[in-house]
Amino acid sequence: MYKHRSELLPNSRQERVVGWGIAGNSLAHVYRPINTLGIRDVIEVARMTGKSVGLRGAGRSYGDASMNSEGIVLDLTRMSRILNWDPHSGIIDVEPGVTVQQLWKYIIEDGWWPPVVPGTMFPTVGGCVGMNIHGKNNFKVGPIGDHVLEFDLLKVDGTQETCSRHVNSDLFHAVIGSAGCLGIIVRVQLQMKRVCSGLLNVEPIPVRNFDELFDVFSQRLKKSDYLVGWIDCFASGEDAGRGLVHQANYLCEDEEVDSHQSLRVVNQELPDNILGIVPKSVVWRFMRPLTNDIGVKSVNAAKYLMSLRASLPHQQSHAGFAFLLDYVPDWKKAYGDTGLVQFQSFVPDATARDAFKSQLAQCKKANRTPYLGVFKKHRSDNFLLSHAVDGYSLALDFSVTPNSVDDLLNLATELTQITLRAGGRFYLAKDSMLHRTDFASSLPSESLVQFTELKKRMDPEEVLQTNLYRRLLRSA
Amino acid sequence: MSTLTPFGKIAIIGASSGIGLALSKELARPGRKIALVSRRLDELTSIATAINEKHGQEIAIPFRADVRDSDTAGEDLERIAESLGGLDVLIYSTGLMTRIDRQDYDTTGDLGMVSVNINGAVAWMNAAARRFAIARSGTIVGISSVAADRGRSANPVYGATKAFLDTYLEGLRNRIERYGCTVITIKPGPVKTPMTAGLGKLPLIISAEDAAGQIVRHMERGSRVAYIPGQWKMVMFAVKLIPSAIFKFLNF
Repeated sequence: MYKHRSELLPNSRQERVVGWGIAGNSLAHVYRPINTLGIRDVIEVARMTGKSVGLRGAGRSYGDASMNSEGIVLDLTRMSRILNWDPHSGIIDVEPGVTVQQLWKYIIEDGWWPPVVPGTMFPTVGGCVGMNIHGKNNFKVGPIGDHVLEFDLLKVDGTQETCSRHVNSDLFHAVIGSAGCLGIIVRVQLQMKRVCSGLLNVEPIPVRNFDELFDVFSQRLKKSDYLVGWIDCFASGEDAGRGLVHQANYLCEDEEVDSHQSLRVVNQELPDNILGIVPKSVVWRFMRPLTNDIGVKSVNAAKYLMSLRASLPHQQSHAGFAFLLDYVPDWKKAYGDTGLVQFQSFVPDATARDAFKSQLAQCKKANRTPYLGVFKKHRSDNFLLSHAVDGYSLALDFSVTPNSVDDLLNLATELTQITLRAGGRFYLAKDSMLHRTDFASSLPSESLVQFTELKKRMDPEEVLQTNLYRRLLRSA
Repeated sequence: MSTLTPFGKIAIIGASSGIGLALSKELARPGRKIALVSRRLDELTSIATAINEKHGQEIAIPFRADVRDSDTAGEDLERIAESLGGLDVLIYSTGLMTRIDRQDYDTTGDLGMVSVNINGAVAWMNAAARRFAIARSGTIVGISSVAADRGRSANPVYGATKAFLDTYLEGLRNRIERYGCTVITIKPGPVKTPMTAGLGKLPLIISAEDAAGQIVRHMERGSRVAYIPGQWKMVMFAVKLIPSAIFKFLNF
């Protein structure tokens, strides 16, 4: 078996493959096929060399979901064709490597927008479906899986099956959200959302603490299309949970005189410089000196205080509102070479307030303040490994330094326990620190058992594996 | 989260005795994976078992490889990295010193040293450097010697192989440090190992465990060239200043 190994797996195919937030040195043999024949070849190489295959799109998961250290990585970014688009029904068929950016730019001029988008436009649709991502409207429209009409799944045995809510329903609800470990999605059909303008009405609402934050959310849920909260995690005591909520709503049909203009791609694009002069691509370099406790504390305080003075309702493009993270490309580099981790927990309505308060208190106690806190409302869905609950989520970004790794892992363990006691869940696209037992106990007792049964049926030899699969999903 | 742990996955070439063995024990800690590599699989297996039993988990994994088979080093290292799930550190701790008398010209023995101290070292450390440059991180530790600093009448080839190693490691460092990698040249004086057994009383001699402890501290510090113990730096500075015309009369 080893005789021809170096021919099948040439050194020239080795690449560094890491997650978005991970500063690692993981190597893998990377293949980027352009069609299903190529995918089948890669699986064949894996079989012949005894290596596993991990699926990867744009590599935008924070943790290890798209990594397969020392294995094969099947990068699907070259399968990026839009296969069919019907501007009357809003139904689109795409290959898995199509990015969210490609998607919205393709459809917006016809008056459509993806029903669910993440905070950045760079992920692939295949990755979004594999992770069952959500947007700032999760409470209203569910995750992206709720808008998938059907998909074609290439199984590791080389055969292909179409899955929808009616055909192969068990697979449909398991493949969406199981991080690419059951099969390879090679075509997705999605229902887009009709919009009659390229703009949203956006209203910023400053909140003084957690109680106000929860109050604002519960008051505005019914009448909002999007709702998201930014939290200044440096505020403590009475001020803990202070921040800024943004509510956004679609425009009504007669609200805008010339909607054709706002629906043009050029009028959606994010500015390519800041303050008119600084090219966007270098902005992270200016953020770098501020990315420490004192810097972030000052910036956060300034941002909050300014929001108290000048928070006027305004209109913003869909792209401008949705893709906040893309205003500063490579922003993660501001965290330095050692990267960042995000801890995001999804906690039911009844326990969320106390759980998030004690999470921030725990951070304070450990002297590790998150540099970014993002707050959202969610609703439960019926996908097998769903992360969403009828409740709220709080995402906390921590910078990683070589000396702080152990402290951070200890803190993550504490935060995980708080979440579990509150009946909360975790998100595979973000996580990098959970242990299998904690992940298992966050889900309904049957979920992982069912997943394991499906895995045995679909991929008995465990050809499809990622670091995340080995860490959280593989049966013990 | 092993990817966050520095030195999480380590390969020690020459782990069955001497400094390599001491390093295996010194570096073993829960959460790490260490590949123990040498010709002597039986000894490696019992060393690995002892380490793993002590810590109650599988840390050490034995691998058989003969550094004189330099052709297979590249594939061997890939196999090792696959078993460890990655590679953060390669320590080349294999060294051969043939005993010779001052009037001996033992070419076979000399070339044996060349094979282990040079050919094997280049094969393994090249393979590691290639990976680390792609991975944009990684640490290579080469065990050289104070003997590299002067040509001694006692053993011309041993000193020359270590001088090769010094220059090679410097070049390797200049090649891959720009990619965030670290290359450390360790220059021990005499260390109590099978290599020095029976050589009589040696100056500033330290135990293999002591040497291993100091090497690990240099790894953590990210040193470039380090004499162990540190006193050798001053001693060798002085020794290097002795003119050849005088040095040739000294029975080093």
